[in-house]
Amino acid sequence: MSVPTQKPVRKLSMKQRYSALTHDLDWPLSYVEEDDAFPYTKFEGIKVHDWSKWEDPFRLTVESYNKYQAEKDRRLYAVLDGFAQSQGQLSLSDASYMNAMKIFLQGIPSGEYQAHRNFAHLARYLNGPGARFASLCQSMDELRHAQTEIHTLSHYNKFFGGMHDWNKMSDRVWYLSVPKSFFDDAGTAGPFEWLIAIGFSFEYLLTNLLFVPFMSGAAFNGDLPTMTFGFSAQSDESRHMTLGLEGIKFMLEQDEDNLPIVQAWLDKWFWRGYRLISLVAGMMDYMLPKRVMSWKEAFELYFEEQMLNGLFKDLAYYGIKPPRDVEWAIQEKEILSHQVYWILYQFSHAAAFTTTVPNAQDQAWLAEAYPETWPIYKSVVWDKAQKVMDEGGRYFNPGLPQLCQVCQIPMGFTEPGDPMTQCQRHSIYEGERYDTCSDGCKWIFEREPEKYVQAWLPVHQIYQGNCGGPTLPDVAVWYGLEPGDGGEYVGSMDQLDWAAWHASTVKEG
Amino acid sequence: MSVEAEPRMVGVDLQENEENRAIVEAVEADNEDLTVRHMPGLIRLTKPGRLVINQASVEQRLGRPWETHEFQLAIVSYFGEIVEWDDDEIVIAWKH
Ligand SMILES: [Fe+2]
Ligand SMILES: [Fe+2]
Repeated sequence: MSVPTQKPVRKLSMKQRYSALTHDLDWPLSYVEEDDAFPYTKFEGIKVHDWSKWEDPFRLTVESYNKYQAEKDRRLYAVLDGFAQSQGQLSLSDASYMNAMKIFLQGIPSGEYQAHRNFAHLARYLNGPGARFASLCQSMDELRHAQTEIHTLSHYNKFFGGMHDWNKMSDRVWYLSVPKSFFDDAGTAGPFEWLIAIGFSFEYLLTNLLFVPFMSGAAFNGDLPTMTFGFSAQSDESRHMTLGLEGIKFMLEQDEDNLPIVQAWLDKWFWRGYRLISLVAGMMDYMLPKRVMSWKEAFELYFEEQMLNGLFKDLAYYGIKPPRDVEWAIQEKEILSHQVYWILYQFSHAAAFTTTVPNAQDQAWLAEAYPETWPIYKSVVWDKAQKVMDEGGRYFNPGLPQLCQVCQIPMGFTEPGDPMTQCQRHSIYEGERYDTCSDGCKWIFEREPEKYVQAWLPVHQIYQGNCGGPTLPDVAVWYGLEPGDGGEYVGSMDQLDWAAWHASTVKEG
Repeated sequence: MSVEAEPRMVGVDLQENEENRAIVEAVEADNEDLTVRHMPGLIRLTKPGRLVINQASVEQRLGRPWETHEFQLAIVSYFGEIVEWDDDEIVIAWKH
């Protein structure tokens, strides 16, 4: 019961140490003008009067940062070694689980790397030392995330398809232009917009929806390494959330004129981030053999309860309103995962993951999680897809989909409150027509058309002849796809290998 | 200051492991009305208003010195704002 007595005596309190090792290491510029040293913090219109007001509540110093990050890595690598030595891949819930990890590997580490680069930029170019140091820590974190994700999943690359050329794929394959264009969009904005885009909207508002249910799902499906790197990365995420929250409050407290700029960024980046993680909705509800919670439940818990009923009440103090398209997102929670997975299903012949019709067990779960909407999608879509399978075929969409000019997701979303009417918006800019998937993406396009007309849309690029050739097999080669990467799960190489490994395990045992 | 009748929820998600059990027990002891929810690999602690992690309570249960920086190894996510992170305590609450 007694606290050990040989507790080390500290000369400085945590507060003093933080101050001494971050803010106090800064110096006033003597022979360079501030605007020359920090040339990127004025053009966005954000007014800052006192950079010293930016504080990191974590009170992190270089020493404590290194100490705890090293410990996090040590713990992770112990798990990776144990998993590889014990042939842990054999105790996954099912080989189909890997599809979620393929999308994760193809889409996420390159985004982490982009985050690393841009926070490094902020670590140099923000005027205040508190903001710079917090950005430096996040920059190093993001590099660690990219590395640990690649390292963790490299073990699975020895056994499963779809993971061999993730880096090339993240640059080229159609569905991966969704995350790539998201980070390109944020990275080509100014430093303050980047902070609202990634630091606040992505890290604070939405990252819980990406990581927490997903990593809990990994735990549930026997994927110890992913669970461990996920939680390890997510422990940094708490600091990133804090940086994002600190960033938005700092801007709002510095000058009243910042409010409308920040609100517009928040409106934009909520919708950009929300559309991006709709891929996660499809993965959560359809690709995990054992599910922890539905997308709808996660959205209610992590977004509606924590953000709308918590955070936005707090930000209302500064005059901030909930994101402009939040109601659209709320009504979509019932149908989002059905629509996204149907898109993935139709086009998985041109992808580096496989899909399949939900089996009886999956269907029972979906019926319980979505009593209102699952029966509709079952009869309109899945019963028909199953019938094609029963007759020895497999439905793949023979055409190429139209993509939203902003989020780059194929046009598969519907009008609010009307899940049978496809939603399509369009805008005219300099005599050309541009199509978007929703009011949110349309509004974003029309705010900055000169930016979004430059979008690298995979389908347009194929038609322009920039993706390896005119036929699907040509494009597949250019994408880096190999036999066994995509298509139907039933009868796939992954499924056959999995069955063979387990048959031999039983025989030997 | 909030004028609402019911204070808004704040919370923290921790990794479920042996060491963090001491932290969970300390938080349970020091925070009234705490709700504990278990998910695979995770423990979620939520509470109306304000959630406190006391260094002394954690040390007492761990039986060794524990600096509050170590909480970074336990935390997966949180909601609310970190209004204090000092040598002796971490406090999560909403500011407005
Ligand atoms: Fe990250
Ligand atoms: Fe869109």
